[in-house]
Amino acid sequence: MNVIDIQGATKVFNPGRSNQVEALAEIDLAVEPGEFITLIGPSGCGKSTLLRLIASLISPSTGSVEVNAKPAEQARLDRDYGMAFQTAGLFDWRTVTKNIELPLELMGWSKGNRRRRAAEMLELVKLSDFAKHHPSELSGGMQQRVAIARALAFSPSLLLMDEPFGALDEMTREHMQDELLRIWKETGTTVVFVTHSIPEAVYLSTRVLVMSPRPGTIASIIDVDLGGRSAATRDDPAFFNKVTEVRVALRKVEE
Amino acid sequence: MNALKGFSAPIVAGVVLFGLWQGVLSLFNPQGFVLPAPSEIVGALIDNWDEVYQGARITGFVVVSGLIAGIVLGIIAALLVTRFRTANETITPLAVAVNAIPIIALAPIFNNWFGLTSPRSNQAIVVALVFFPIFINTTRGLTQVDRSQVELMESYAASRSRITREVRIPNALPFFFTALKLSTSLAVIAAIVAEYFGGRQDALGPMITQSAGLTRYDEAWAAVLAGTMIGAVLYFAVLVLERVAMPWHSLIRNHGDDK
Repeated sequence: MNVIDIQGATKVFNPGRSNQVEALAEIDLAVEPGEFITLIGPSGCGKSTLLRLIASLISPSTGSVEVNAKPAEQARLDRDYGMAFQTAGLFDWRTVTKNIELPLELMGWSKGNRRRRAAEMLELVKLSDFAKHHPSELSGGMQQRVAIARALAFSPSLLLMDEPFGALDEMTREHMQDELLRIWKETGTTVVFVTHSIPEAVYLSTRVLVMSPRPGTIASIIDVDLGGRSAATRDDPAFFNKVTEVRVALRKVEE
Repeated sequence: MNALKGFSAPIVAGVVLFGLWQGVLSLFNPQGFVLPAPSEIVGALIDNWDEVYQGARITGFVVVSGLIAGIVLGIIAALLVTRFRTANETITPLAVAVNAIPIIALAPIFNNWFGLTSPRSNQAIVVALVFFPIFINTTRGLTQVDRSQVELMESYAASRSRITREVRIPNALPFFFTALKLSTSLAVIAAIVAEYFGGRQDALGPMITQSAGLTRYDEAWAAVLAGTMIGAVLYFAVLVLERVAMPWHSLIRNHGDDK
């Protein structure tokens, strides 16, 4: 069973008006359990739109989007996926623990279970010492880790991430990538990850989807098989070859 | 002790200011009707304590009741406008248009509506003046929310009212308190000026006009001092309320810069 099944999905914003935009044209995509998919492409290529279609935050103009073999809308109502954005989107008025508990509160978990789960998640993202802090007391990278912990708190089978490390400096970013891969392996979650960094896409993914703009389409799919990632991976010729392959594909798209 | 730290500088400044005021007046000794010395004002306050206290109670009631009504109406309007598109399209332009009216100028007209000696007209002026900053700022706070926070709540299939409770209202609190601080001083001004034109004759407003008319300027100043105290007490109460309602907010102010 595929985690994501998209067939002939298109998205047109403001149809029939002067500011009509054809954001996505005829997208077909199937994602299997446990995959790590990145969407990469020039800005305005519709990668965030595609992610929001999967999340059912917007609905397709034509075609169908299925998550866990049901309409994306139903999957959203069933809380089948967790989501993280470029801005951590933490609630300043809640402590770190309370932020992670938010989805659990909405799902009606008991207080004790929420507390226990939040503690586990903090362990996972290595922020146990900051449980009672407020987000404004944390660095950008720490805030992003809390956002990831929140997205994973209810063990969704699918994690949707929209440039979550885009605002971080290079060192923090690489560290966060390793953290994310570790969590991905530990939890077995399927991930769809939007980025515009080529090395990030190659380092993280099992498959890189290169998108072309106006209207957005999947121009090419590049399988990445680099085995287990480590610091050495970033210096591996095979890694550079993949980076080049993605870069060439992107250059074609830009022309 | 920490709480006092913030107050020590203004207290010193105040003492210096009043010392200078007293000193300069005793040196040059102008006529009392130009500017009475602080000691004369305090003296007048003590001599006329019963009247001033009674006036402050009446004016204070107008201010507080008008403030509360204005706040409640402003919040209700802001919630309606945020929730319903039609409400937004009808109330907002109307509110902007009405806001262009210099409301204080309506005081004599309101007297005609509510009765010359009724405090109702004064309250109405305060309500109208308080309503707009509360309404406009709260609406801004309810609508200018972090988009990803709303999308996050939608991804959890949260209901509209839940999103309002979890995201919009906490986000609106700093906006609301900014407006509230503005409103407290506005409310005192509105009440006293409205009282110049009507309402109860033992309120602070008539006390100021009558004392000034009889050239008892020290008594007029004593009444002004009482009005100042009402404003100061309310402002302080709002500061305390703000702390209680948004304990996280001082953290943002202290840590927001070094991120």
